[in-house]
Order: sequence, then structure tokens, then C-alpha cells
Amino acid sequence: MSDATGKISIACTVNGKRVTLRAFPMERLLDVLRSNLHLTGTKEGCGEGECGACSILMNGELVNSCLVPALHADGASITTIEGLSLGDALHVVQRAFLECGGAQCGICTPGMVLAAVNLLERAPSPTEAQIREGLSGILCRCTGYMRIFESVLQACRASGIHK
Amino acid sequence: MTGFVGKSIPRKEGREKVTGRAKYVDDLTFPGMIRGTTVRSSIARGRITAIRFEPEIPWSEFTIVTARDIPGKNCIALILDDQPCLCDGRINHPEEPVLLLAHPDPYLLEQARRAVRVEAEPLPTVFTIEDSLARKQVIWGEDNIFKSFLVQRGDVDAAWKVSDFVVEGEYLTGAQEQLYIEPNGMIAVANPNDGVTVWGSMQCPFYVHKALAALFNLPKEKVRVVQTETGGGFGGKEEYPSMLAAHAALLAWKSGKPVKMIYDRAEDMAATTKRHPSRTRHRTAVTRDGKLLALDIDFTLDGGAYETLSPVVLSRGTIHAAGPYFCPNVRVRARAVATNAPPHGAFRGFGAPQSIFALERHMDRVARAVGLSPAEFRRRNFIQQDQTSAVGQVIRERVDMARLMDRALELSGFEAKSCRFAAENPGNHLKRGMGLAAFMHGAGFTGSGEEYLASVAGVEATSDGVIRVLSASTEIGQGTNTIFAQIAADALGIPYDLVEIAQPDTSQVPNSGPTVASRTCMVVGKLVESAALGLKQTLLGSGLLREPYTGLEFANACKQYVAARGALKSTVQFQPPPGIHWNDQTYQGDAYAAYAWAVYVAEVTVDTVTFETRVDDFVAVQEVGKVVNPVLATGQIEGGIAQAIGYALFENVVWREGRMVNSQMTNYIMPTSADLPRIRIFFEEHPYPYGPMGAKGIGELPIDGPAPAIVNAIEQATGVSITKIPVTPEVLMETLEAVHV
Repeated sequence: MSDATGKISIACTVNGKRVTLRAFPMERLLDVLRSNLHLTGTKEGCGEGECGACSILMNGELVNSCLVPALHADGASITTIEGLSLGDALHVVQRAFLECGGAQCGICTPGMVLAAVNLLERAPSPTEAQIREGLSGILCRCTGYMRIFESVLQACRASGIHK
Repeated sequence: MTGFVGKSIPRKEGREKVTGRAKYVDDLTFPGMIRGTTVRSSIARGRITAIRFEPEIPWSEFTIVTARDIPGKNCIALILDDQPCLCDGRINHPEEPVLLLAHPDPYLLEQARRAVRVEAEPLPTVFTIEDSLARKQVIWGEDNIFKSFLVQRGDVDAAWKVSDFVVEGEYLTGAQEQLYIEPNGMIAVANPNDGVTVWGSMQCPFYVHKALAALFNLPKEKVRVVQTETGGGFGGKEEYPSMLAAHAALLAWKSGKPVKMIYDRAEDMAATTKRHPSRTRHRTAVTRDGKLLALDIDFTLDGGAYETLSPVVLSRGTIHAAGPYFCPNVRVRARAVATNAPPHGAFRGFGAPQSIFALERHMDRVARAVGLSPAEFRRRNFIQQDQTSAVGQVIRERVDMARLMDRALELSGFEAKSCRFAAENPGNHLKRGMGLAAFMHGAGFTGSGEEYLASVAGVEATSDGVIRVLSASTEIGQGTNTIFAQIAADALGIPYDLVEIAQPDTSQVPNSGPTVASRTCMVVGKLVESAALGLKQTLLGSGLLREPYTGLEFANACKQYVAARGALKSTVQFQPPPGIHWNDQTYQGDAYAAYAWAVYVAEVTVDTVTFETRVDDFVAVQEVGKVVNPVLATGQIEGGIAQAIGYALFENVVWREGRMVNSQMTNYIMPTSADLPRIRIFFEEHPYPYGPMGAKGIGELPIDGPAPAIVNAIEQATGVSITKIPVTPEVLMETLEAVHV
């Protein structure tokens, strides 16, 4: 699989598109997404799986892409923040973050929005405790989280209307 | 069409942020760009004897920059210019930058960084306020003192004799890391022909501009600084970006290539500025009916190895040290001292959280000595409109601290819960308590600072009929873009969507001053409002527009004006409000044009088995003038309170020989979504006549009060008086066990 440089081919689905990536097997998936695919919406805040700014959805699970070796992405289905909205139409969670003040400096926002999407897939009407738990892997230094909780609740209400 | 101010208009750049399209510095790539890194000193103080390059690295591929490569002055120009850009042989703290490296391959670059050996002969060090004051070693100037202030009002020494009680106390606060989630980062393009351009994460483009012009000895027009989307600042991107921009630019200058430098988290936490650790001593004279007679305050900040912003931080801490109280006799002796740690610097609150922590802990103890409740004692001493503050400022604005306190007490259920907890706590290992803090925060630069800054902001019409706000005030999450657009739209009587915000770029926007000191809304927002009114008058005077008008008519008039007469632009320079006077020599006068006032209440549970403290409820009542955008303002205050809860309970910088050893998010603990209570925000609005539509500043206020409110609540819960923060479980365990032995 690996060529003279040591890189391997990784076939995966990213934001609904099939792609084949050339990367070192132990390269961080975060770097592969940002450098090879120019998906810079996925952010690096700490590089050690603490802050969650690099969170993506991988096979339906929320993962820290800074901790995922690129080879683990082979065969995986990946959603980054760029894959959430269709053209100019925002995802219901993105719209709620915009309306409720869920984003301030914005650096944790991609990871936080994906964590909220993942939470609402698992618990469509989450309790406050579930929201706190579901978002606790993403650190935000601006908001104190209150507007983010409000955004999640707003997204629930809005989803209910659309159903 | 008007009426955007006061409404929760969604964030101007919010769509880019929620979709991940917003471009932060690390998201930018330039053709041929290489990466830069910093080699730092290995000891806290000493003389460099040799720099060795281990042989396994292909050094010829690297760009290597030392102090000798600096074209101009080897300093980071700020106030005193005492901090070198690169170490010139003398090491004064353990993260001193010694040498810069650049290479296209980031992996090889990191290997190379580790393969440079800085050898040094150690010199004696100083790491504590006590050792620095005692001049155990003189490491800076003649006496280790960066700056000292003496504030005197009345005769403190005459008060001790006539007072009924004298209460003393000492209070300590630790360092705190700003912990913006986007680390510091910068990209530079630089060469002798074109000059120096940097793009990066920052609060103050013109600070960086000043530093680069001095470092490269270049005329102002040869230096350009552009702020990219910035992932939080909190003061941590006030002065430090000048250092990183300087380093990236030196590497770019020497290599002839664009150079990107992004700190990893560990380097960002260890090497960049943090909140000053502090020690405050109080001696207070009070009558038996609870009237303050004298406040004698001794306030010391640990400034780290270089002066940098310490005098200014000390100044704000000093002026806020007597709090929102009237006291006829006040003395504040304050100083910032040198230690062999990286320089401490700007952090939201800027000295006030330290002195207010001490004061508001102490006021609870004075109340107890007098036999009054914390609320009643404060009520008897709150400063009133037309009374004179410790620095001789007659408070002309409407202030009603008693009303703020009454609301906070009522909303939090303070009295009833205090009684209930007192009954329930005995015999229960979970002890609950209520605590409050009363405080204020001055908006804008201290004293004559705004006059010296003489900030300029403007608005211009584009040929498309869109209005662009021109300022160097940065959006760092707090909402600059949104509130400026709201203010300009209302002043012009046009839709919010017709207003754009120019990217802060020193070649394009006027110097509206730094984005610090709770000044952006009140000071720069007012300039934006005035500039917009000026542009409207020009347009009406031209005959191209007649009132009343629609947004479309306004836009068409702009287009016609620009097509027929050229640029349509209005700029305004700061003028102090009438009657504001400050004396830098006596340190007396109008310290701030306006203050935000607040009373906060914390409800806590202390687990006497695990020694953990949890905040269960938090009520924040504040008067901030007109609230420009309620959702943004509420969010900013909630965030400040969350950061202050971390300051009070979790955020412990562990030092070893001047170096932060827990420079990771794994072991430096900030609050997560699971650690915080409901934070409940309430506003009172007394419009300030010289702020835009009546607004004052709010950015720093919320970090001043939570720590003392929480520690006051811990005392109510446990009966034990804790005088230092953070109150980690270890601190609580030691304190409680010492009492119970």
C-alpha cells in the first residue's frame, strides 16, 4: 500500500463525496482534512484531545480528529462542519447557533455544532443534563456555554416544527 | 428603519463562523510559505555561553535568525521597551526566545528545534513577590520595582485612634491563563523593498505596527498589519502578538519567503502572558455602626521578567482597590515587582480582579467584625452620586448600588437560602452557602489615557451604496462587528444589512486604538456614531438625499455622490467628555469617564469529603448603560463569569523555577459545560450621555466579582475563611483540616 515516501492510499467518504487520500498512516486525520482536502473548518486548539475544536463525525461518532491516525479513516464516512449545510441553507443547529448567540469568537463553533448535531441524533429532546454531558468534550472560553445550551434547545424546537 | 440598537441582531460574521468558513490565521496558506519556530532558554536567569547545533540536522536547509539579524532596535516596543525581541546573551526568564528557525517541513523543524542546545551560566533568581521586594537578588533596575503608586485621600493614620474596630487581612491570587481556544499565530511577508506585512490573530493591530516599525527601523508606511479572524483574546492577544509578529517577520525577512508561526498549546500557555499573581494587604478602620473610616491597602503584583504592561495593569488595580464604597480616608500603596518568570500581562480585568478579590473578601470579614450582615454593611458604605471616590473623582453619573444589591439578593433568594443552609449544614458533609460581591469597572483607558490615544474611527460609502465602518477595533468574539453595524445603521437611519465592517488592516483603517479596557463600545462606538452622523449630514447637504428616506434611497444617494464627487468618507477623532480632568502626578481626578456597576451572588456546595466546590447558582445584576445587543451582552457577561469561576476554583498555574509546568489543557483545568451553574444575567440601564446611544463598557466587568462572591459563599458554607485563589480541593483540604485538628 505504501509508496516510496511511506504514504498510503486511504479511501473514504467525506461530506458525502468519495475521496482517495495520500497520507502517512500515522498522520493526524486533522492535518489530512485541513491540508489535503482544504477543509479548514476543523480547528486545532490543543492537539491532545482535550479541547474538542477538531471534532468531526466519523461513522456517526463524534471524534477528536487530532487523535485519529489517518489510516483509521480508510473506509470511513466522515462529516466535517463544511458538510453540514447545503449551499446557503444552514442546518437547523447552525441557524440556532446564529440566532441564539451560540457562537462568539467562533473557533470552537465547528466542533460544538457537530457535537450538538450528534447529541440531537442520539437524544432528539435532550434534558439539560444530557446537553451538558453531550457538549462537555468541547471547550468554549467565550460563552460560558449558556447561549450554546439555548441554541441546542432552539434547534430542538425548530426541528419539532419541521417534523 | 431605525432601532437596531437595543435589539438582539444576529452576529455580523456569525454565518461564516457557524459554517466553518471564517478564516483564522492557520487557515491561510501563501505560495512558497515555510514554517517558523522558536528556540527558548533552558534556565530562568543567566548568561548564554554557547549555542550548539547537533550534527544530525541538515542545518544548511534552515533559516536561522538571532538577535544579530534584527535591522532596528532589539526590543518589543510598548512602553519602556525593556523586553528584547530575541535574547542578546542575558536570560531573564525560562521561556526567553533565543533563536528562530524556519523550514518548509514542520516535522523536521520540530526535530531541529530540539537539536539546538542553549548553554548558559546560571545567575541567582527571584520567583516570589516576597523575595523580589526583599531584593534577595536585584534582577531589574535598582530595586526590582517596575512601577509604584501612592493614592492618598484624607488621613488614614489619624483614623485608627478614633475607630471602633480595626480589621486586617492578607489576600493572594494566582496567575491565570487566558486560554483562548485559538493559539497565537502569525504569517509574515517581509523584504527590504516592500517592507513588512503580517496577518494574524490579535487585538491591537497598531501595537503590532509600532513594534514592527521599531524592530525593522522602517517608516510607518512600510509596515502593514492585518487582523485575521481571531479565536478569542481576553487580553492574551493584546501585547504578545507583537512578539510573534516580530519573530515571523524576522524569519521572512531573512528567508525571503512567507513564514507562518503557530504556537502549539503548550508553548502558548508556557511562553505567553498570563494574569499577574498578586498579594494584597488590608487594614480597615470602621465604626461600631458599620461606617468605613479608613482603608489602608497595600497592593503588589508580580510582573515577571520585563516591565511590559505592568504599570498600566497596576494602575487599574490600584484605582479599583477601594471598590464602590465611600470612605473619607484611603491610602493605596501599590507596586509591580520583577521575578524571573515570563512577563505577566493583559488579561480581562487588568489588575482589578486581583484588588477586588481582596477588597470583597475583606469587606465580608469587616462586616463580621462589626456584627452586620455582608449586605447591610455594604449598604451603609456604598458610594452615592456626587460623592468622591478614593482617587478624588466626584461620581457624576447616576449610581444606585443598593438597588442592584436588592435585586441580586431577591433574585438569588439570598436571605432565605442563607437561613436554610445554616439550619441544614450541621451534620451534613455537603455544606451550602451564599456569597456576594459588589464592585465596579471603569470603561476606557485610565485617566488621561484616552486623550493621549486620540483615537480615530470613520465610515465611508462605497460605490455600491454600502456603508463601511473603518476602525482598527477588532472582532475577537465580543461583538465589535455587530454593535458597530447597529450603531452606524441607527445613526444613518438605514438597514443593518447596508453596513459592512472593514477588516482591521493598518493600511486601510484609522487607528481607533487597542481593543482592550472595555473601550470598544463606549469610546470607539461613539466615534462610529459621530462619524456616521457626519456622513449623513454631508449627504443631506449635497442635495442628493432628502429626509425622510428609505434604505434604497440612501444607497442610491451614496452611489450618486461617489460617482459624481468621489470619496464619501467621514472620520472623527476622540474628544474627552466635558469636565474630565486627571492628574498623573497626584493620581487624583476623573479616573474613568464612566463605570459599570454590579452586584453578584454565588450559591455554592462544598463537599467536605472530596473538598470539591460546586457553584449551584449564579446571579449577576449590573448597570452598564444602554445595552446595545442583549444576546451578545448577556453572552459576553456569562463568558466572563465562567472564566472567573475558573479563576476562583480550578485554574491553577503550577510554577517550577519560573516555568509553568502544567501547560496543557489536561492539567490546567478550565470550566466545561458540565462544571458551571445556570448563570443568570440581569441588566439595569442608566444611559450614559457620552456613550453611543447611552452605552458604557461591559467586557471586563464580569470577571471582577465572581471570585470573591464564591469564596465568601465558601466561608458561609464552611465557617472557614479562605484568603487565596484558586480554591482547589487541595487548598480547601489543607484549610479545613488545619481548623479541625
